[in-house]
Amino acid sequence: MKQTLARWLDSDVGHSFRTSPVAMLAAAIAFVCVFCSVFAGWVAPHNPFDLTTLELGDARLPPAWEAEGTAKYLLGTDDQGRDILSALIYGARISLVVGLASVLLSVVVGVSLGLLAGFHGGWVDTLLMRLCDVMLSFPAILVALLIAGVGRVLFPDAHESLAFGVLIISISLTGWVQYARTVRGSTLVERNKEYVQAARVTGVAPMRIMRRHVLPNVLGPVLVLATIQVATAIITEATLSFLGVGAPPTSPSLGTLIRIGNDYLFSGEWWITVFPGLMLVVIALSVNLLGDWLRDALNPRLR
Amino acid sequence: MSLLQVKNLVVEFPGRRGTLRALDDISFEIAPGEILGVVGESGAGKSLTGASIIGLLEPPGRVASGQILLEGERIDNLGHEQMRRIRGRRIGAIFQDPLTSLNPLYTVGRQLVETIQTHLPVSAEEARRRAIGLLQDTGIPAAEQRIDHYPHQFSGGMRQRVVIALALAAEPKLIVADEPTTALDVSIQAQIITLLKTICKQHGAAVMLITHDMGVIAETCDRVAVMYAGRIAEIGPVHEVINHPAHPYTVGLMASIPDMAVDRERLNQIDGAMPRLNAIPHGCAFNPRCPKVFDRCKSERPELMDAGATRAACWLHDAKSRGGAA
Amino acid sequence: MSALVQAHDLAKTFDVSPPWLNRVLEGKPRQLLQAVDGVSFEIEKGKTLALVGESGCGKSTVARLLVGLYEPTRGGLNFDGQDAHAAFKVPEGRKLRRRIQMIFQDPYASLNPRWIVEDIIGEPLKEHGLITDKAALKARVGELLKSVGLSPLDMVKYPHQFSGGQRQRISIARALATEPEFLVCDEPTSALDVSVQAQVLNIMKDLQRERGLTYLFISHNLAVVRHVSDQVGVMYLGRLVELADKQTLFANPRHPYTRMLLDAIPEMHNTGRARTPVQGEVPNPLNPPSGCSFHPRCPYANERCKSERPQLLSIAGAKIACHAVEEGRI
Repeated sequence: MKQTLARWLDSDVGHSFRTSPVAMLAAAIAFVCVFCSVFAGWVAPHNPFDLTTLELGDARLPPAWEAEGTAKYLLGTDDQGRDILSALIYGARISLVVGLASVLLSVVVGVSLGLLAGFHGGWVDTLLMRLCDVMLSFPAILVALLIAGVGRVLFPDAHESLAFGVLIISISLTGWVQYARTVRGSTLVERNKEYVQAARVTGVAPMRIMRRHVLPNVLGPVLVLATIQVATAIITEATLSFLGVGAPPTSPSLGTLIRIGNDYLFSGEWWITVFPGLMLVVIALSVNLLGDWLRDALNPRLR
Repeated sequence: MSLLQVKNLVVEFPGRRGTLRALDDISFEIAPGEILGVVGESGAGKSLTGASIIGLLEPPGRVASGQILLEGERIDNLGHEQMRRIRGRRIGAIFQDPLTSLNPLYTVGRQLVETIQTHLPVSAEEARRRAIGLLQDTGIPAAEQRIDHYPHQFSGGMRQRVVIALALAAEPKLIVADEPTTALDVSIQAQIITLLKTICKQHGAAVMLITHDMGVIAETCDRVAVMYAGRIAEIGPVHEVINHPAHPYTVGLMASIPDMAVDRERLNQIDGAMPRLNAIPHGCAFNPRCPKVFDRCKSERPELMDAGATRAACWLHDAKSRGGAA
Repeated sequence: MSALVQAHDLAKTFDVSPPWLNRVLEGKPRQLLQAVDGVSFEIEKGKTLALVGESGCGKSTVARLLVGLYEPTRGGLNFDGQDAHAAFKVPEGRKLRRRIQMIFQDPYASLNPRWIVEDIIGEPLKEHGLITDKAALKARVGELLKSVGLSPLDMVKYPHQFSGGQRQRISIARALATEPEFLVCDEPTSALDVSVQAQVLNIMKDLQRERGLTYLFISHNLAVVRHVSDQVGVMYLGRLVELADKQTLFANPRHPYTRMLLDAIPEMHNTGRARTPVQGEVPNPLNPPSGCSFHPRCPYANERCKSERPQLLSIAGAKIACHAVEEGRI
């Protein structure tokens, strides 16, 4: 393990990482966010979703450095007495999970369809590409809204996990197109290369060639796109939650928190909405910067 | 006075893991109107030599030391603007791929006229007249009509002729041709090398012909320089280098080329491969592969020295070591 | 003894028409490219047939027809008495794939950059289930590497760690894995330096002698062809114009195109020789000339040449498709 890490750090990509302060900072921040989310139970000072620990009397307290704040609730509390800091940490967890899960689903669907289209060609390719064109002509948020809304209507008494499922599906359904297109383009190039022809001469089946030969060679750009898309997915989820069709109120994500806080913005209790907003920006920005660095590092021309 | 003089040229590529010397102290001259061939295998540095002379070295590559003199004036230390004026007017260039050498969006005529007018003080009509003349000289039929065609309307061989016309448009004294026939079919190649030879003699331009194809060199050049691992191994008149090579690398190279005249069971092969830039041996770069190696070769690097009719960088031809080794 | 490889009237047409929508909206016609137009030859076991020609002559397409990468539009291929393309389609016919293998031109694209050499060479063995034991597989890959002059320790490396010539040797090792009888080589040394080419050609000749291999060698370089082949076929725009054994073709080329090709080769040792000037360029394969496709460039063309396609006829120990030769004019 140590040896692999050492070898990676010495490689061109690792060197680019070590010499880029932005990349290292972004990676550090992202790591901290992920760590806090995974170990939320230990990191967060309170559990904001455990109704037994909430004290309504503590509602709407400002952050600790203000006159009426206390150290118990470092960033203040919301209208129900929930500690904002803890709510942030749990909310970030939800945002990250939803973001990563939807990107994963997008990648799987997009790469598979792109491979199929590029390798098979003909009508399969045309059909899939027209499907991509159709999907791209709809604004992503609207599609997500539609699916999430329809999901709620179809399953009104939905269990929480179903709500999350619908949310993840709705976000991933708008994201798969870019992977399909990129992979299709790369597949078209790789398909004509001689190592693929050599495999065909040997008699290897097309599916096997796609999976074992072509796939490893077309995944490069996918990694970059996926990293950047995590940020987009998190923001989309926040938007949906803000609009009320995203995460359920019992497990609020950052978007839900922003919505809740929105109502109190003009009565002076700014911390309820600003801190979740800031957290969202920090996560999205660090993931975006990481993705940018990765794209430049993996670009063979710039090496 | 020679037209081009390269003196002790060193080209380096500073990199993360150290600096690579791609050209290690090479020197040669080209006389006015002469055709010098630069031959070598991949990685020998022949294209880099051409690029350094034209001033098109890709960064981080740079001329670390040495001089390049054109008609007695140094050109290796000029700024961008000055080099731009020299390029085209005094040095012309022909590259390997005719498809990418021409701008697909402009007609051939427009590119020719633009080049002529940039470097020569002539009117537009005169420029067009000259352009048509150039196209006719390079053997393009119906030049008056074809001058207004786009590059994609020409075939590969025709395009290369247009590129030659473009290189000659501003009447340069020196043309650097980097693998001009490699991408062409054999029958077209024959046409192009004949054309290159006659038209350059006609316009009085010297040519530096860079290629890996010894046959092309044999048919076109007056003198040839054989490069190995960033150094010149041998240089001399073409007939001498081909028929009486003095450097063991040249000997091995000539023997490994399948020849139409002789039918051999096995081709002579030089074992091993050209060393990578970061692993060039001490002394003579060819010593690990040389069938005639002796001690001095491994410690001292030989300079070009007289070896009969040619000059070779080989201790075998040094009077002092001849007594000991040969 | 009948020949190992028999090709009869092989032809391949490609549809290079613009997409259907463009054809409908812009009224463009269908365009068909006749890449190979009736090629017949035989190769005996242990011998090498070289196919030469310039760009657009169809020699690479013939190579791909012979290994089953393309289906012929017309004509057939017999390998060791059986119909090869029918066999390729049938599951049992997979055994045929073991006996025919191919080596490609580009050493940089013919090996999967993400696989190590052991997997690359071992793939045909695994695919055909010839060796299942891991240790035995490793041993066999090591043997194959040694037979092409590389070290068995190289099997853990990636292709980018090798030079062009070494990669081409890895390709040869891969092709030899299933112990084939017939190797189709598509310009295997064109992308290599001269001294490396010499090494690879020597290895190929040695292997042929040791294992009784039969080669189809595609090249545009007549000097290389002269060195490796027993029989030579010259192709022009999808057709065979001359087919003869090596000595006959080089000593006494009959077809005007063959003569032109031989004349065009730059000669190293006899410099200063006057040449007959070469006319014209290879026409667009989408729109080939009528009759004999060489007639626009041929100094001996007459009316018959412009209208009637010449057949490949046996004349004086060679097969030539030329009216002028048939009529005794040259």
